[in-house]
Amino acid sequence: MSQQKTQSVQTTGHVWDDDLQEYSNPLPSWWLMGFYASVIMALIYWMIYPAWPVGKHFTTGFNTVTYVNDKGQEKSWHWNTRAQLMKDMNEAQKMQKPYFDKVAAMPFDDIAKDPELTNFVNSAGKAIFADNCAACHQSGGQGKPGYFPNLTDDDWLYGGSYAKIQETITNGRHGYMPAFKEVLNDAQLDNLANYVASLSGEKADAAKAKAGDALFHSETAACYYCHGTDAKGRQQIGSANLTDKIWLWADVPGQTSPEKKVEAIHTVIANGLNRGVMPAWQDRLKPEQIKLLTAYVHGLGGGK
Amino acid sequence: MPTTEASSLYQKRIPIFTRSVKGKFRSFKTAMLTLAYAVYFGLPWLPWHRGHEAVSQAVLFDLPGRKFYLFDLVVYPQDIFWLSLLLFIAGALLFFATGLVGRAFCGYFCFQTLWTDAFIFIERTVQGERPARQRLYKQAWNAEKLGKLGLTHLLWLAWAFWTAFTFVLYYGHAPELTVQFFSGKAPNVAYFTTLVLTLTTYVAAGWAREQVCLYMCPYARFQGVMYDPETMAVAYDSRRGEGAAGRALPRAGVRTLEERKAKGHGDCIDCKLCVQVCPTGIDIRNGLQYQCIACGLCVDACNSVMDSIGFPQGLIRYDSEANLSAKVPSKPRLHWKRLKIIGWGVALAIMSGALISSVGHRTSLDAAVQQMRQPLFVMLSDGRIRNRYQIRITNKGVEDEIYDISTKGVPDTALDMGNFREVKVRAGKSLIVQASVSLPQEMAEHDNSFEFMVTPRSQPAHAVALATRFDYKHDE
Repeated sequence: MSQQKTQSVQTTGHVWDDDLQEYSNPLPSWWLMGFYASVIMALIYWMIYPAWPVGKHFTTGFNTVTYVNDKGQEKSWHWNTRAQLMKDMNEAQKMQKPYFDKVAAMPFDDIAKDPELTNFVNSAGKAIFADNCAACHQSGGQGKPGYFPNLTDDDWLYGGSYAKIQETITNGRHGYMPAFKEVLNDAQLDNLANYVASLSGEKADAAKAKAGDALFHSETAACYYCHGTDAKGRQQIGSANLTDKIWLWADVPGQTSPEKKVEAIHTVIANGLNRGVMPAWQDRLKPEQIKLLTAYVHGLGGGK
Repeated sequence: MPTTEASSLYQKRIPIFTRSVKGKFRSFKTAMLTLAYAVYFGLPWLPWHRGHEAVSQAVLFDLPGRKFYLFDLVVYPQDIFWLSLLLFIAGALLFFATGLVGRAFCGYFCFQTLWTDAFIFIERTVQGERPARQRLYKQAWNAEKLGKLGLTHLLWLAWAFWTAFTFVLYYGHAPELTVQFFSGKAPNVAYFTTLVLTLTTYVAAGWAREQVCLYMCPYARFQGVMYDPETMAVAYDSRRGEGAAGRALPRAGVRTLEERKAKGHGDCIDCKLCVQVCPTGIDIRNGLQYQCIACGLCVDACNSVMDSIGFPQGLIRYDSEANLSAKVPSKPRLHWKRLKIIGWGVALAIMSGALISSVGHRTSLDAAVQQMRQPLFVMLSDGRIRNRYQIRITNKGVEDEIYDISTKGVPDTALDMGNFREVKVRAGKSLIVQASVSLPQEMAEHDNSFEFMVTPRSQPAHAVALATRFDYKHDE
């Protein structure tokens, strides 16, 4: 028996232009079987997963996903990507739990000495920071001059120790400075602005700065009351150190000419501040999350 | 004129009952099959000692741990570039070999060929030689047919299962996984993989067989392109076989070579043995066909027949098209002095050399530095500029290691790493440490680029220098 295909090639029977015909080469039957198998697969899929729209609803399929939501309630739902994500997050949280427990139980100094735990703090802390803090302080903690403090430098209005950072995150802060345009005239404000500029080594009019110095320490303006007689600020009340090179409210480094730098300081003194508000996070984050976040932020530039 | 009668849209497979054959190509094929099976089925069970913590299995693909253990070589995800080299080498080797000796891969080394061969062996052992199998195929269903076919399929399924199960063993510790598997405690993915591979092996090697080569395999499509007239391929010497008056059965009067020559008949006695042994069911006497997988079984069949009737061997043989059509054919030989072959050979040698040297020069330390870009730099209260970096250290060795971190190009005092100027990384683990460098502004303007040095304490010679830069202003 010859094992060759002995059939001659057949055509579909269609004829165009008198003699143009189309060959009919049969498909192998495994191909047909493959087609049937995919039809059966589609039916099975339809029964398991959400598939067809039906009016305003859809066929949900028999498959369900059980997960625990934010409020700790166990929910069972027809399979969908959102429920599956919740379930996956439950599992991820379960895997992270031993690390969170370790962080919660350890003093900050010991966490900082354990390289693997520090590694976890940096990756998990970054995620919590991105979810909760980055909207104001920016994704890398660099802040925004005039609005939100930079967390990566070494200047801390309320203190950069672990305890202080934890306190700040837990209870929030509210920075305030009165507007001095009510009390002082424009020339006096100008003198003060020149004095403050000179404190951190910026170019300033020496005569005006000298007058500003007097005003700073006088009872009229009483700046020393909050900022201290040495103008180095007081972390107990969150008043700024005016002698360093870091500026939060007046965007001095962002200005191009010495006049504009003084002008920026002038504006802050004249109008005061009532926007240094950081919300309290104790109601939104769990204590162990706050602790982790504290360790992360301390790693960004804390320590003072 | 083509016929126009209505035809079925789908063609039934024409079953192929291959006759067994003896010969040197069959022996080579069997030897390859035995070797491949010994390696494939035995390798997961080969123990390999690797120091205290590591797995004691010669070959293990540890997917959760993201490590491939190959004897004394441990492959990490960072070594993905070896895979690209390996794939290139595999591709070049295929082109090189195909240009030289045709589809040798298909005939002897392809797993589809190997498994089909094994399945045919089972079939023949249970059902008998070709005529017996044909008879069984045609006869009505009775106890004998049911029993023989049932046993065949049962053995096929068992073999397919063992194949699939062995595949799974490469991804876990074989003895443990075997116990888990048969006591129902193995991960679901192990059962699923075994099920899928059992079914596909059973279908591909038991039912589909040559159809895989003819319709599904992509290599079959492009290997033909690599052929040229100098390529050695299985060929029928039609000048010798057909003569002037065609082939003829060895009846009285056309039995000896002299008689046949006198009557104009060729040497082919039309015994059809070459067709009966062909696993893809073709007739090699019709010339080179894309279905031919160059397994050489027809060569063995023809040679054995030629021997038995006292004709010279080689009516069907490995030969090149150029040689076959030459006026005076010479002895078949490899024509390797061709630009294509030498080119692929050189590419193969360079890439193999690169892979071997890269594997040979691997170190146990893998380190990388990344500058933090949010913010790119920050001014400190005393006017210094600070840049921050992340250093990732991977210990690819089998022992825990302590790494010292220092800088080159900026004063060492400028580097602040918290508590981690030295860091311990466990065997096979990665660690990211944070580093910050603070420089006075005037120094920052000069030291734009510098290096972090990561030095393994036990092998200071394998220290790695990580070049990076220091930024103090935004580029305009």
